[in-house]
Amino acid sequence: MKLTLRIWRQAGPAEPGRMVAYEVPDANPDMSFLELLDVLNERLTLEGDDPVTFDHDCREGICGACGVVINGQAHGPRERTTTCQLHMREFSDGDVIDVEPWRSVAFGVVKDLMVDRSGLDRIIRAGGYISVNTGSAPEAHATPVPKPIADTAFDNATCIGCGACVAACPNGAAMLFASAKVTHLNSLPQGAPERTERVLNIVEAMDAEGFGGCTNTGECTVACPKGIPMDSIATLNREYLRASLGRK
Amino acid sequence: MAVTGLLMLLFLIVHMLGNLKIFYGRDDFDHYAGWLRTIGEPVLHGAWYLWIQRFVLLLAVVLHATSAYQLSRRDLKARPTKYAHHQRAQAGYATHVMRYGGITLALFIIYHILDFTTLTLNRHGVEGAAYDNVVSSFSVWWVTAIYIVAMICLGLHIQHGFWSAAQTLGLNRPSRDRAVRGLATGLAVLLTVGFLIVPVAVLAGLVD
Amino acid sequence: MTFYKLGDDIADTCAPDVPIEQRWDKRRFDAKLVNPANRRRHSVIIVGTGLAGGAAGATLAEQGYNVIQFCYQDSPRRAHSIAAQGGINAAKNYRNDGDSVYRLFYDTVKGGDFRARESNVYRLAQTSTQIIDQCVAQGVPFAREYSGLLDTRSFGGVQVARTFYARGQTGQQLLIGAYQALSRQIDAGNVEMHERTEMLDLIVVDGRARGIVARDLVTGQISTYLADAVVLATGGYGNVFYLSTNAKNSNTSAIWRAHRRGAYFGNPCYTQIHPTCIPRSGDYQSKLTLMSESLRNDGRIWVPKNAGDTRSPDQIPEAERDYYLERIYPGFGNLVPRDIASRAAKNQCDLGRGVGPGGLGVFLDFADAIRRLGEDKVREKYGNLFEMYDRITGEDPYKVPMRIYPAVHYTMGGLWVDYDLQSTIPGCFVVGEANFSDHGANRLGASALMQGLADGYFVLPPMLGNYIASNKFDKVTEAHPDVVETVNEATGRLTKLLSVNGERTADSFHRELGEIMWDECGMARSEDGLRKALGRLPELREEFWRSVKVPGNGNQVNQSLERANRVSDFLELGELMCVDALHREESCGGHFRVESQTPDGEARRDDDRFAYAAAWEFNGTGEQPTLHRENLTFDYVHLAQRNYA
Repeated sequence: MKLTLRIWRQAGPAEPGRMVAYEVPDANPDMSFLELLDVLNERLTLEGDDPVTFDHDCREGICGACGVVINGQAHGPRERTTTCQLHMREFSDGDVIDVEPWRSVAFGVVKDLMVDRSGLDRIIRAGGYISVNTGSAPEAHATPVPKPIADTAFDNATCIGCGACVAACPNGAAMLFASAKVTHLNSLPQGAPERTERVLNIVEAMDAEGFGGCTNTGECTVACPKGIPMDSIATLNREYLRASLGRK
Repeated sequence: MAVTGLLMLLFLIVHMLGNLKIFYGRDDFDHYAGWLRTIGEPVLHGAWYLWIQRFVLLLAVVLHATSAYQLSRRDLKARPTKYAHHQRAQAGYATHVMRYGGITLALFIIYHILDFTTLTLNRHGVEGAAYDNVVSSFSVWWVTAIYIVAMICLGLHIQHGFWSAAQTLGLNRPSRDRAVRGLATGLAVLLTVGFLIVPVAVLAGLVD
Repeated sequence: MTFYKLGDDIADTCAPDVPIEQRWDKRRFDAKLVNPANRRRHSVIIVGTGLAGGAAGATLAEQGYNVIQFCYQDSPRRAHSIAAQGGINAAKNYRNDGDSVYRLFYDTVKGGDFRARESNVYRLAQTSTQIIDQCVAQGVPFAREYSGLLDTRSFGGVQVARTFYARGQTGQQLLIGAYQALSRQIDAGNVEMHERTEMLDLIVVDGRARGIVARDLVTGQISTYLADAVVLATGGYGNVFYLSTNAKNSNTSAIWRAHRRGAYFGNPCYTQIHPTCIPRSGDYQSKLTLMSESLRNDGRIWVPKNAGDTRSPDQIPEAERDYYLERIYPGFGNLVPRDIASRAAKNQCDLGRGVGPGGLGVFLDFADAIRRLGEDKVREKYGNLFEMYDRITGEDPYKVPMRIYPAVHYTMGGLWVDYDLQSTIPGCFVVGEANFSDHGANRLGASALMQGLADGYFVLPPMLGNYIASNKFDKVTEAHPDVVETVNEATGRLTKLLSVNGERTADSFHRELGEIMWDECGMARSEDGLRKALGRLPELREEFWRSVKVPGNGNQVNQSLERANRVSDFLELGELMCVDALHREESCGGHFRVESQTPDGEARRDDDRFAYAAAWEFNGTGEQPTLHRENLTFDYVHLAQRNYA
């Protein structure tokens, strides 16, 4: 199939960027979206052009490295699918596809489609952990965890930190990301002792990074390749209210 | 925003129920309007309660608007660059128009106060003659049209706002989500229809 | 013609000479300790943030060492450990099904086809139970039963249910646990984290590892980082095959650079090929995706009886299908171990009976299971895997049989280390998949996660402390001639890559290398094939340096440069793998030499000649490496030939 890609090209963080059109005459429906970019890059390299920079690694939808906005949708049109798992059969011959980096003031463009998502790491550093030094853990069966709680924790722990929620949010908010971590750890008995400090520190870090505020538009959960639900945001709010009221 | 919004929502429900008294006729309605000024007597002096309520509501509106303004500023700052390819909203229309709907409602409230509280813009404009003031305003088609537009905005605002408030206050749970969304839509429809019955009835000549 | 020189034997001298149950306790007791107040003054470099590296970084920082850590990804959370699906073994015996430390040790030595060091494997089994405790305390959401207690399942090649899991994402959950522990230490200022920074070379001063040269992948800045010890936790080298289940950027550069600086490379030819991967669909294919082995519990594997049969599977009548695993191995059927299933699939495809594009695939058919259990039941068990298959291939496995083909998945080989996980360069420790230590010639399912975390959380920290306490560390500055020379070499190499400006991309060389390796050093290896490969690989390496084209410059993000640098190391590693495979004239585990098989086509070990680990010493690019043999003794698990028929 023959496709036209219009890709955001930006040489560096401080450089101006623009959309540039490229023809890809030899696309194949069984290619992944990233393989399409590979094919384009091989050609650009041989033609002496600068290949398109994009983040990627595992290419099986779990590392969270890849992610671009395709035709206005984070990770493209297929639900619950990362960019690396999106295949060209979702598109038709002759399509014009717009490819842009994640947009948020907290995610500066590094080059082309590559952005700086270190803000998400700093949110985790602020409180997204349970403080247990190696070797100090009690026997695993000492604290049973009811299955529904373990399942909720797991569902939220599947977040891959790709940043699609931020990219999709019209407010550039990181609420879904932060709420997944708060819900994961605060719902477990192991996470209870640090419950209050955790949510306060995470919210504080999120605000400090310049992420926007949540207006409950729900765009995040639609874009999320792991389907983290809006309920997690309610849980974060609940934990935050509880922590703020309880601290005084 | 959630707290002030819910406070205003509570007021609107009472307001709407009061409005419907117009169907009991001029005397009942005017009497009701007069009674509103006497709530709390004799503990409170005449119209004190009304002023307290007005103050609380004004405070709620101001806080709600201020938060909305601050949140919008923060959000616009957080996403300064738009996507070249227009982002197709996955969320509903109600969610999409919160900001503009809110501004429309703020303008409407000013108009509404000038119309029925201060009577500045009211064609009849006689203090105490609530029934006639209402009828005179809504007999004009474009006034009714303004109200229709405003109430649709209100309905949409509540449909997203109520669910969003529950979300912000952390009241949503997976098991409750359907119920909360249903309640939001129910309240939105109830208030829109409840408020619009009066102007439409006036325009249709059912109340005169 | 030989391709190597024979050197002196090598031996591990760290495991104490006491009964195996007491070795680890004794070693830890004998280890010297660093006073807690002094630890802050010692810095340790850790390269990599996967299960081994992340766990080591968090633990050493908790103990008070000054940790400087690196990863090439934009976040430590993205290391490829995250992609592990199945689970993690631990000898908890929660099921009361006869499991024990000794049984896990036994299964691992036997599963590794008697090519692992007993002391290390026993310690791994001992440590396994602590890992589960640690992870649960960190909030890792393992699968649980309605009692609230941990669930376990059984995994290939063993008869007890000792595998703990978190749906099909166990690696992710364990890695997030280690990442969070590491994050906590970064926040506390105990770990200096360098993301998007790739190690270019190891700095060896006065015979000891004292730092690394690394490139900031965003600014292109090449810097030196100096410390008292260096830990390499950089994973496996499966990407030498170009197509593998490894992450696209997984590479061998860190361990290969260390190898070039004097660290011996252990058993490079031991690679694990996983039988159930999604076949490639075209030349543009960039990586392969694994489908959990559990599918073989209910799926039946078959090919058309007639070579070149291109009918769609539903048009092929039962009588014209060959369920070859059930036919050849009636005892185990579709559940034979990984290496056997992989080789059988290759044999069928070699006979021209393969299906799908290029005839490189076999059917994995669920029609019987759907008839027997109903579609709902099958969906409940394998729904997420079927969905993944559908997403990648666009085919619905409920309606048409899946197509699968083996793919490179894990490398048992790696830098040679002693019982303390120290390489032959003092002060250079190697943990996780990057070392060669615990799996012998074949790794059992759910043991990779166990080894990574055991090394990182529990084994490395005391042994690293012992090294630091036992040595004096003079201050090394960036002006030290050895440091300057290493920086110049690393910089010169990148400059050279950028200046060749030839006509082929690094990827095209990588693909060609991968094809040679897959054909000649893949599932079945022959003397002729390996000799052919050893003829071609040096040419390819020279061609690479003559005609590679790397666009752009080194002062900014340049993914082409990163790739070219990694490919240049893979090219050298490929040669060593072929030399190792050629010299090992026996079949064992993942290494199958066609010359060494039983009459019915099974692998035949040669314990008399090859019961040793091969540790290779580097003598220069294009020079013959030197073989040092570490003779393996089996005092506890007695040597026996595997048999699955």
